[in-house]
Amino acid sequence: MDSAASAARPATGLAIEARGLNLWYGKFQALRDVNLQIRRGIVTALIGPSGCGKSTFLRSCNRINERLGYVSTTGTIQVLGHDIYGPDVSPIQVRRQIGMVFQRPNPLPLSIRDNILFGMRIHREEALHRAEADAIVEKSLREVLLWDRVKDRLSKKATTLSLEEQQKLCIARLLPLRPEVLLMDEPCSALDPEATRAVEDLIWDLRGNYSILIVTHNMAQARRASDECVFMLLGRVIEHSRTEDMFVTPQKTETADYIEGRFG
Amino acid sequence: MSQDASTRRNAAATEFDRRDSSWWTDRIARTVVFAGGISAIVFIVGILLFIATQGLEFAATRLSWSEFFGSIAWRPNGHPAEYGALALIAGTASTTAIAMVIVVPLSIGAAIYIGEFARGKTREWLKILIELLAAIPSVVWGVIGLHVMGPLMTQAFGVPSGLNLLNAGIILGLMAAPIMTTIAEDALKAVPDTYREAAEALGATKWQVVFRVVLPHARPGLSAAVLLGVGRAFGETIAVLMASGHAINIPHSLFDPVRTLTATIAAELGETAEGDDHYQALFVLGMLLFVITFAINVTADSIVRGIRRKKA
Ligand SMILES: Nc1ncnc2c1ncn2[C@@H]1O[C@H](COP(=O)(O)OP(=O)(O)OP(=O)(O)O)[C@@H](O)[C@H]1O
Ligand SMILES: [Mg+2]
Repeated sequence: MDSAASAARPATGLAIEARGLNLWYGKFQALRDVNLQIRRGIVTALIGPSGCGKSTFLRSCNRINERLGYVSTTGTIQVLGHDIYGPDVSPIQVRRQIGMVFQRPNPLPLSIRDNILFGMRIHREEALHRAEADAIVEKSLREVLLWDRVKDRLSKKATTLSLEEQQKLCIARLLPLRPEVLLMDEPCSALDPEATRAVEDLIWDLRGNYSILIVTHNMAQARRASDECVFMLLGRVIEHSRTEDMFVTPQKTETADYIEGRFG
Repeated sequence: MSQDASTRRNAAATEFDRRDSSWWTDRIARTVVFAGGISAIVFIVGILLFIATQGLEFAATRLSWSEFFGSIAWRPNGHPAEYGALALIAGTASTTAIAMVIVVPLSIGAAIYIGEFARGKTREWLKILIELLAAIPSVVWGVIGLHVMGPLMTQAFGVPSGLNLLNAGIILGLMAAPIMTTIAEDALKAVPDTYREAAEALGATKWQVVFRVVLPHARPGLSAAVLLGVGRAFGETIAVLMASGHAINIPHSLFDPVRTLTATIAAELGETAEGDDHYQALFVLGMLLFVITFAINVTADSIVRGIRRKKA
């Protein structure tokens, strides 16, 4: 994952490719033989009833799952063509290339500015110059349409922002590291409808520059805000197709049942 | 209101205030807990009043405060008697300071290891071990200071007496370690895990998470831990009496013997006659200790409360 490759950003190819992925929490198997190809530069929605393994899959893609000591995995996940479970791959490097947005906005208990610069500071050997840092902060906040709202209080604690602003900040703080892939786990579920709309719009705007894999419980959101859709059930991928196709002509009966709200 | 309705209401009322066994259990438990709570306050106030009154007459009339705080001559049996507490204050301050220099990095480090790195069994064992450390009686620490650390120190540094400031500081530090480690670990545990997760998802290493996220956020709790440790070291008596050399002296090196406020009281109270000047002077020392310890504990407590309030 050298910088030349990510700088070029060809919009074709695969962002994430899982092959034969199984995952256990202790003895409980949460993912069963997952094979998935997530394309670059588009928004892919991951849907399915509660407990089907959506978050688990997402959290495997940056190996954040491994924070729990009792997780074991077989199979492979390639991100941008590199096996992230390879023997000499460090999760640190993987996570730098892959941004993650959580269900509840989780800004660090630092200032708005320091939240944006956190990623840079932990990954760079040399110190950031003030001007350079200012430019990064402004650019990132502009990209998530937050700049005008917070530019006068950059040194305020990020936790004083509204939830919507916090979630946008959590997206903004990923951007300085120029990640290729963004993983989002129900990023709007803690937000009110209006804020949901605003964050969704933002996600849609980021499309093209980033490959986005987003988990959602909200069918309307999946339908509105994604190009492709993956339906999971009991740890397996049941169906993966273009969003219009899935919602108009689902191939599997389970998919149809779920979309029509007959279970989960 | 009809007759009918009021009888029905009476029936309901008797139903509701039936004094069954759970009513009594509740009542008794409440009384016992209340008595316990009140008695704690009664004891504190009682002790405070006792100490204050025992030394009051002397402190108000014959004690020279400039001598008390300004002179190092503590000669209660001299002619005339002198009551300079400066060396004793210096002894307490220096042993506590040395103890802190030793124990703060040790305890915070241990808390970081237990809270952030150790997993499963290791973690449980370490916590038990630290609790055991807290259960060692002071006099045992004193014996360790006297018979283990002392000889070791004369051998290692070639100093005339192994009973000195450094010895007492080390012993006090070890004694303060359990409470400090435990409280510090609580402070780390109170940092929401979502912060660690957020930082790790950005690619932070464990160390970066600890130094950039966990420690800054836990700082108030860690300060409280340090203060409680200070309080522990400060009030310790018997161990420090045994390990410090017990010589009235403003220390100029780590190997000078010292004497603390607490040790002075413990050693001398037995030789006084109740109510004489010497007796009363010791109670003035006690009052000083009480005030400082109280201040330390109130500060630590208000820090901890502040954290709780911020969380809520
Ligand atoms: N830390 C964990 N330890 C043990 N089991 C877990 C853990 N996290 C998830 N699971 C189990 O793994 C399965 C998949 O969980 P996961 O969180 O991936 O589901 P999900 O599809 O994201 O559900 P939701 O829509 O409720 O977020 C569930 O059965 C869950 O109980
Ligand atoms: Mg989930």
